[in-house]
Amino acid sequence: MTSVLYDAPGPGAKRRNIVYTVLFLIVLGLGVWWIYSAMDDKGQLEWAKWSPFTESQAWTTYLLPGLANTVKAAALALVIALPLGALFGIARLSDHRWVRVPAGVVVEFFRAIPVLILMVFANQFYATSTDISTEMRPLYAVVTGLVLYNASVLAEVVRAGILSLPKGQTEAAKAIGLRKGQTMRSILLPQSVTAMLPALVSQLVVIVKDTALGGALLSFTELLNARKTLAANYSNVIPSFIVVAVIFIVLNLLLTTFASWLEKRLRRAKRSTGAVLTGEAMEDLTATGTPERLSDIRKTDGGSGPGGGGAVP
Amino acid sequence: MFDFLEGYDLLGAFWVTVQLAVFSGIGSLVLGTILAAMRVSPVPLMRGFGTVYVNVVRNIPLTVIIVFSSLGLADIFGITLGAADDFDALSFRLAILGLTVYTAAFVCEAIRSGINTVPVGQAEAARAIGLNFTQVLSLIVLPQAFRSVIGPLTNVLIALTKNTTVAAAIGVAEAALLMKEMIENESQLILISAIFAFGFVVLTLPTGLILGWVAKRVAVKR
Repeated sequence: MTSVLYDAPGPGAKRRNIVYTVLFLIVLGLGVWWIYSAMDDKGQLEWAKWSPFTESQAWTTYLLPGLANTVKAAALALVIALPLGALFGIARLSDHRWVRVPAGVVVEFFRAIPVLILMVFANQFYATSTDISTEMRPLYAVVTGLVLYNASVLAEVVRAGILSLPKGQTEAAKAIGLRKGQTMRSILLPQSVTAMLPALVSQLVVIVKDTALGGALLSFTELLNARKTLAANYSNVIPSFIVVAVIFIVLNLLLTTFASWLEKRLRRAKRSTGAVLTGEAMEDLTATGTPERLSDIRKTDGGSGPGGGGAVP
Repeated sequence: MFDFLEGYDLLGAFWVTVQLAVFSGIGSLVLGTILAAMRVSPVPLMRGFGTVYVNVVRNIPLTVIIVFSSLGLADIFGITLGAADDFDALSFRLAILGLTVYTAAFVCEAIRSGINTVPVGQAEAARAIGLNFTQVLSLIVLPQAFRSVIGPLTNVLIALTKNTTVAAAIGVAEAALLMKEMIENESQLILISAIFAFGFVVLTLPTGLILGWVAKRVAVKR
């Protein structure tokens, strides 16, 4: 294979590659052996520490309820953050300065603050100012923190999704006499939703990962917190960490795989503008989100020339 | 009005946050560059290792990694990173280790995508005019790759700064932990939260603006 860094290997390069492969295998083998012997030393490979995971009790008492709470918090956060984010994303595109500027300030503010700070604040706020019961408070706090942060990220997703549509869509809508609200509702939003679906699913991975914060600091009984009680019962710290990590990896890989499948499907869908906002394009946006970048996305993803009709045949 | 601040080391806590960000930023830059080199290397096994590392680490919550470094690495395996007796120093170093391992996956992806933005034609043209491998790399490919990498790396750095708050989970005395302590003991919830929020805005916003400006200035126009 040719890449920008090297050519298709000749006989000398092939020999060299084999040497590198063997050297790397040795290093890798040493690493694996070191981990194995360390675990063996500390008795973490004993069957008694792993056997709980083959029985249903460890799963039904600890892991599955924890996973359910993780999924519940993530789903709630997404469902609440999405309309809020759409609202702010559209507000940032408003023609009126007094709508656009405050919306922009709110979005930039909440994106600059760590989720944990928002969660800790929400937790204390609910403790002092509301009468939400102590058992429910961590869930409320986690969801509130996630919503505040992710709504502002999703606002950028929505804004980028709308901007990624070819300009001809707005022009055509104006030409047939639609008002601004109608253009947004019936032309731009429906098309941008398909364009930003992959970015949405990628954001869901971030939300799922951030729920673990609540488990560590707000005693929210999600997967990481359930691991603690499980390990206290079976005294299997390392195995429980490995199992929980694997659950997170599988869950998130499923979401990522779904996102890339969706992206491929949308790219070849016949009746779309061909504009797709990928998770990677969003990573560029989520931290700085400069308008210049947004116009780049329109250029690369529009699938048409400047001001063109845009529809891929 | 601000007398509730007495007895709390606000600047000290933010200084720990900055230290966490700087040390793990340097660490993840080194580890991430090595991983990126693996991911674009001609050796399939190294490419495979890089891919697996990135996909595994990116999908584990940072909280799990940080908590594991304390409960697993330190408590079970007895890895003390040269700070066996000092609990504060130990958790500080473990937090840096966890942040480095996690952020390196994102740095790797940013650098790899930067290398991918250089068109193959650039290297082909360089070889066609007779440059050797070192020259192609040092004169043509890497200068272009580095320029396009600054923007994505800035985003990673900002995310890292915000992620340092996770170190609170293992008791590192940084900003988020101090905030948690303060709002539980003092009554000025809104004011205290606003101070900490402002602190993070001060840390992240200028970084984004300055490096974003640099990235735009040095970007390769195509």
